[in-house]
Amino acid sequence: MSVLQTKGLTKQYAGLTAVSEVSLTVEQGQIHALIGPNGAGKSTLVGMVAGRTEPTSGEVWFEGENVTPLPAHARIRRGMAYTFQITAIYERLTLAANLELALRDRSREKAIAALDRVGLADRADQLAGDLAYGHQRLLEIAMGVAQSPKLLILDEPTQGLAESEIAEFNTLIKSLAGDTTILLIEHNMNVVMELADRITVLETGSVLAEGSPDDIKSNPDVQEAYLGHAEA
Amino acid sequence: MSKSLALHLGLIAILIIAGLVLPAYHQGNLARILVLATYAVGYNVLFGYTGLLSLGHAMFFGAGMYGLGLAMQHGGVAALPAFGIGLLAAAALSAVVAVLALRTIGVAFMIVTLMFAQSAFLTVLYFGEWTRGDEGFVLQQATRQIAGLDLTNPLIRYYAALTLFAAALLITARMMQIRFGHILIAIRENEERTTMLGYNTQAHKFAALVISGTLSGAAGAAYALLFGYVGATFTSVQYSIFPLLWVLLGGAGTTIGPLIGTLFMFYLIDYTSGLTNAYLLIVGVVLVLLTLFARAGIMGEVRKRFAPWLP
Ligand SMILES: Nc1ncnc2c1ncn2[C@@H]1O[C@H](COP(=O)(O)OP(=O)(O)O)[C@@H](O)[C@H]1O
Ligand SMILES: [Mg+2]
Repeated sequence: MSVLQTKGLTKQYAGLTAVSEVSLTVEQGQIHALIGPNGAGKSTLVGMVAGRTEPTSGEVWFEGENVTPLPAHARIRRGMAYTFQITAIYERLTLAANLELALRDRSREKAIAALDRVGLADRADQLAGDLAYGHQRLLEIAMGVAQSPKLLILDEPTQGLAESEIAEFNTLIKSLAGDTTILLIEHNMNVVMELADRITVLETGSVLAEGSPDDIKSNPDVQEAYLGHAEA
Repeated sequence: MSKSLALHLGLIAILIIAGLVLPAYHQGNLARILVLATYAVGYNVLFGYTGLLSLGHAMFFGAGMYGLGLAMQHGGVAALPAFGIGLLAAAALSAVVAVLALRTIGVAFMIVTLMFAQSAFLTVLYFGEWTRGDEGFVLQQATRQIAGLDLTNPLIRYYAALTLFAAALLITARMMQIRFGHILIAIRENEERTTMLGYNTQAHKFAALVISGTLSGAAGAAYALLFGYVGATFTSVQYSIFPLLWVLLGGAGTTIGPLIGTLFMFYLIDYTSGLTNAYLLIVGVVLVLLTLFARAGIMGEVRKRFAPWLP
């Protein structure tokens, strides 16, 4: 069963087509990676999925329902969770308060448990803004994971993380595998190859290729357009 | 009992005692301050907790004042139901303004609220036949009573003002402890993040504006009832700026900051105007010093430095 389907999703900005006719299916329980060069339209695409960005045309179907008319907050209520490419946390609130808001439940215990999943439980009473950048990133991921979403959207979660933190991130995401469906935008090809069940390659707003990691690795178009640069 | 409840009840207890021991002059001042502080408490809900800066709250204060005043003066309505009419007028006006102004954010929101308030001010002048415009009108002493209590009696007036303030304080303090209040703070801190955590931020901002406007209207209605005068000055831009200053001074986003700020500013003006004609200069200098050295306002600094638990 597919959790998410986009049908001909298109976004035009004045004179620029950021996303063009993207039809994408994300299967239940899979980690679906979205890769492509900067400016390919990845963030815009997931923005339309989560309801942050209104599509110019096309539809978003979530769990078999057309959610295109729903505002972002209603889609989140239905089981999407979204982490921003540019870290978006409550800097002047404590880590525990950040998690309590994410959980939509004021249980401190649950907040601590969620922080523990990214190794930040001992900092529960610090202000989020006082954390190092990598830790802020992890906090935001924890806020997404804590919601036990049906679909977790991660926009370049490992950007700015140290190697050791990336390893922890991989472990965390693997622990969700099977239950949570994940749509993962990721530049780090090691992370993609390690985690993804399926990969969609986006270039200048359109789908260039889609398939298993092995398919993508051996796809000449992709090597030409993207992997070639990444590995260079 | 939580620290925060103890603080609020303690403050109310002090104010109860103050009513009995203060000399008449200060008792009169404090009654006025308590009503104006209620206005500031209302303003703080929107500005301090939700992070929306309105430059037009005088229209809500005025809606309460004129709702009550016109009903009593021209409708012959008794004080208590007239107070209810004042509240309804403020609630209705804030709902209308919320629907329209909340389409904007930031500076545009400030300008839209300012324009609405200006229109409200001009409306008051336009209907001068009933409102008596700038000159205003006086509410007859005999009508200013509720349940046989004569609100023109200084002691009764003081406790009526205190009752209003205590109710506003306890309601907002409670509101900020429950989930609703936490969501308002979340909106202030990062609205987009809050939307993307599944909260209907627009609906919460609407509710915050209506609560804020209605509390401001309650203060306006009480002001007219307790001090017996209704006039257009109270809907002028000056009265939109005052609660912003009081709240900034006392500490935006703190429960008791609005009272501290109103009290401080009232006595600062009272004291300096007795010393010199250039008292506004002194007031200005003090305000500048406070914004330089106590950015978070008086209670905001106290919270930062000594009492992080302060609500
Ligand atoms: N709000 C916007 N207004 C105008 N152009 C935008 C806006 N957001 C994104 N774009 C443009 O759309 C294209 C796709 O951007 P984006 O989705 O952020 O790409 P990616 O996430 O793949 O790097 C880029 O050319 C970007 O400049
Ligand atoms: Mg992006």
